[in-house]
Amino acid sequence: MACIALLVYTIIAGFLMEVPTLPILNESIRNLYFHVPMWFGMIYLLLISFINSIRYLQKPKPEFDTKAVEYANSGIIFGILGLVTGMLWAKYTWGAYWSGDPKQNASAIGLLIYFAYMVLRGSFNDDQQKARISAVYNIFAFCILIPLLFVLPRLTDSLHPGNGGNPGFNSYDLDNRMRLVFYPANIAWIMLGVWITQLRYRMRFVEQKLKENQSK
Amino acid sequence: MIKQIGALLYKDFTIEWRNRYALNGILLYLAGAVFICYLSFNVKKGIIHPITWNALFWIIILFSAINAISKSFSGEREGRNLYYFMLCRTEAIIFSKIIYNSVLLLMLAVIGFVFYGVVMGNPIQDQVTFFLCLVLSSIAFASSLSFVAAIASKASNNGTLMAILSFPIILPLLLLIIKISKQAIDGIDVYESYDELTILMAINVLVLALSYILFPYIWRN
Repeated sequence: MACIALLVYTIIAGFLMEVPTLPILNESIRNLYFHVPMWFGMIYLLLISFINSIRYLQKPKPEFDTKAVEYANSGIIFGILGLVTGMLWAKYTWGAYWSGDPKQNASAIGLLIYFAYMVLRGSFNDDQQKARISAVYNIFAFCILIPLLFVLPRLTDSLHPGNGGNPGFNSYDLDNRMRLVFYPANIAWIMLGVWITQLRYRMRFVEQKLKENQSK
Repeated sequence: MIKQIGALLYKDFTIEWRNRYALNGILLYLAGAVFICYLSFNVKKGIIHPITWNALFWIIILFSAINAISKSFSGEREGRNLYYFMLCRTEAIIFSKIIYNSVLLLMLAVIGFVFYGVVMGNPIQDQVTFFLCLVLSSIAFASSLSFVAAIASKASNNGTLMAILSFPIILPLLLLIIKISKQAIDGIDVYESYDELTILMAINVLVLALSYILFPYIWRN
């Protein structure tokens, strides 16, 4: 409920409230409420997936594995949405959907890593082995993803706001009015992601129970 | 543990020397790839742009590396794995593989570099840095690819999986390496690429630490 309320607030306030007018960005600054939270959401969901994989290796219970894969799934969806919202925005501010910006490239590579994770899961016959090996790959992938997303793009100039002299969202630029929407927006999108994942996880759980009952 | 690594390395080199056809196959693969590039670009010496030269070289090295390493775990028979498991620490196994693969890749990279330089011309101005780059990249590729090979060897469709799993993980490394070697080609001072070198080494250490922690979980059955 809180999630829906926050999301409604985000959408209404995000589109209607006053925003500071910055050069180049203009009204497209509102994408801050939709594009940026997607990445926060993705990192958060993948982090939970990562933690569940570690827990699986410590104690091999199938539910940790199911959780890990479902959180990774939602993380991928958030990543794709983040990429798409970013590309639409980039079309109007940078002039092209894809301009080879380091952050764009890094996030595309990040998505590839997680697609590979899904393919890897598909190629096992034995359930236990599948869970264990893919947990290992998931941990490995997440550890590679962090420097990929947070360190490498900082090495070069990026077109993204906040890099290379563009107006950005640091403490000087981010208007207090925007903060009022930006923080709730982040929480709302993350909550939505977690909620969807839990639904999917419960569905998987029920399916498994049904299967077990049928085979009895 | 060091003793165990030594023994495993000795075993790996002996096996490689006995099955020379595998090694020759990879060398031929490398030579064939270089020659295909030479013919399809239709190069007359020095005409090819340094950026293309650089990218092409690393792509060839990358593909040969994936091919060379993908068989490092699947080549061993089931029973033999169990035998190693009883004899030594699992960490010794992965480290011996990483060291062995680094040496193998360095050899491949140097041979590939010499052949590539002869056929396609050699525009590099700072040979020392480029060589340093070859060494670092061999170690970097070997450590992450050995780990991925261990994962892929446990799954069913090994060949494709190896490529799929390793591409995204290798890409950041590859981009860094291409950047450093581009600076070596242009003859820019080494100090200019300190940042990239540090990060490359940091990623190397990260991958090594991860292999150390995670490999026992792959190996256990």
